[in-house]
Amino acid sequence: MTAAYVEDFTEFSRNGASAEPAWLRETRRAGIEKFAELGFPTPRNEDWHFTSVAPIAESVFSPLRGSSGVIERGALEPFTFAQSDWPLLVFVNGRYSAALSNLGALAKGVRATDLASTLRSEPALVQPWLGKLSPLDGRSFSALNAAFMSDGAVIHIAPGTEAPIPLHVIFVSDSSAAKGVAHLRNLIVAGRHSKATVIESYVSLGDSHYFTNAVTEVKVEAGATLTHYKIQRESQRAFHVHTIDAQQARDSHYVSFSFATGGALSRTNIYTNLDGEGCGATLNGLYMADEEQHVDHQTNIVHAQPNCFSREIYKGILSGAAHGVFNGKVYVHPIAQKTDGKQTNNNLLLSERARIDTKPQLEIFADDVRCTHGATVGRLDEMALFYMKSRGVSADRARRLLTYAFAADVLETIEVQAVREELERATLERFTGASVAA
Amino acid sequence: MLEIKDLYAKAGDRDILRGISLTVAPGEVHAIMGPNGSGKSTLAQVLAGNPAYEVTGGSATFEGKDLLSLPPEERAQAGVFLAFQYPVEIPGVSNAYFLRSAYNSIRQARGLDEVDPLDFLDYMEKKLELVDMDTEMLSRSVNMGFSGGEKKRNEILQMAVLEPKLALLDETDSGLDIDALRIVANGVNALKRPDNATIVVTHYQRLLNYIVPDYVHVLAHGRIVKSGDKSLALELEAKGYDWLVEPQGALA
Repeated sequence: MTAAYVEDFTEFSRNGASAEPAWLRETRRAGIEKFAELGFPTPRNEDWHFTSVAPIAESVFSPLRGSSGVIERGALEPFTFAQSDWPLLVFVNGRYSAALSNLGALAKGVRATDLASTLRSEPALVQPWLGKLSPLDGRSFSALNAAFMSDGAVIHIAPGTEAPIPLHVIFVSDSSAAKGVAHLRNLIVAGRHSKATVIESYVSLGDSHYFTNAVTEVKVEAGATLTHYKIQRESQRAFHVHTIDAQQARDSHYVSFSFATGGALSRTNIYTNLDGEGCGATLNGLYMADEEQHVDHQTNIVHAQPNCFSREIYKGILSGAAHGVFNGKVYVHPIAQKTDGKQTNNNLLLSERARIDTKPQLEIFADDVRCTHGATVGRLDEMALFYMKSRGVSADRARRLLTYAFAADVLETIEVQAVREELERATLERFTGASVAA
Repeated sequence: MLEIKDLYAKAGDRDILRGISLTVAPGEVHAIMGPNGSGKSTLAQVLAGNPAYEVTGGSATFEGKDLLSLPPEERAQAGVFLAFQYPVEIPGVSNAYFLRSAYNSIRQARGLDEVDPLDFLDYMEKKLELVDMDTEMLSRSVNMGFSGGEKKRNEILQMAVLEPKLALLDETDSGLDIDALRIVANGVNALKRPDNATIVVTHYQRLLNYIVPDYVHVLAHGRIVKSGDKSLALELEAKGYDWLVEPQGALA
């Protein structure tokens, strides 16, 4: 269906995008050309070896243009971590909803807008970064996104700002998203010595079949710390591809967590480039899939400069006939001496049919580094099961509790209490049906 | 209360228990002693239902029930408790949640209502005093980062909470200093009632200074080679096990 997108683009560039600034039209043109050249990835592509995107490539999705109905604020409650005072940007079926958003609580020094209106009224606000932090080479979905990017969050954190509360961006899809695609593009610029937390939630109301194709570009300026959580709870019939590209300047810290339970087919790419001395990157995540779900994470940590560290822990729990994929690269450039990298991927398989393909990769070209990596695939610990059963806990409940426990330590790394507690609750509920972990 | 008849069990291809018979009545404390590899821990594990062991012969009847046919959780629900020699660490499950799950599972099995978290906390406070543990221990993950002594106290805490009819203490004294040993022993003694029984598995006589047994049995090569009263433990302390173990082949 590559040709269909190219055709759509011709139409799109004549109408929707014709009034846009030249630099943006050029970005889009480069995107569609790259996409036309690459087409959709096939399993022959090393980065897509274990994930077939045929279900996406063979479907026709029409661009989403917002909601046809009305979503009540209350419908979003399950996704807001019970924090009504956090600044909130809401996008419904790919388009910004001012009515559902709440920007009154934005901290001084934090600016949040939607991409569509920013491109119309103040394109200079995004021009220095948009499309420049996220390369297209070899990346079909990012190229497609560059061609069609329609809306998303634009977040600027001014130098020196310490935002006391997180900024939450919710992308919600409802039944009117059926057979649609949203090419979301977000931009986060964390200014020098700033400190902030941004949460992206991708959620569904109902069980629509649609396609989210998102790209988030992140710039973490010198000395800044950005905590960036991505929570993917799309419908069990949705397709989800999201690429996060972070560029880190010296002494910056990027702290990422990816929580993924939704989607029929989901792929999250988190790439960070430690392009200055003294940087740190923490990439953690938890994926849980059941039935026929396919959940894929690919991370790439590039140590481009000396004296940086990276820490990565990803955990996966797969049941039913679910298929998980984890592909974690750590690349250390020849000049990146004293790199300290640690990467772990642990997986728990709960059924005979569940499957995981895990591929931690270290590529080290410097000689004075300390890098470790490891991956495990296991089942529940028989001794721990016996221990619990010997206390009267039923076999089934013991299994569920231990499953939750497997996930718990990576969830504990989430520093924002409300987010941590909600994801712990959701995880516990998934495996025990209980609502309290106390 | 417990009647073990000619019990045989193996782990993998290795025969470990080779014909154990033992009768325990309510109110009694039995000590099982013996050298390493004699099968004394295995006996406790088999009675609790550890799937690592396979029973190949004999029977164990607990209050008229065929204990060996029950899964481990139903043995616990029937009132059997095993204090582990090596308590298992369970990261991510708080002690409080674990204890409450166990307590409520057992209550449910007995047709009683579940206890809510607040009432349970009240109930816990008295139990914590018994083993000199702080409420802070409740919020920590089960046995995670606990010292050896804390782990063993946690076992006795679980026993105090679950109030078993038959407690099996599997080398609960191993790795304990004298203060921890005293706390653990005091806990066990405080839980002693005329209608419950305790089987203490231990390598050393020391523990029996604190938990005084009515009977002492010596295991060697998977059989009870000698039974007696508490004075037998003192004799073992003085003479070691060799005098009992060596003639084992001849006694067979």
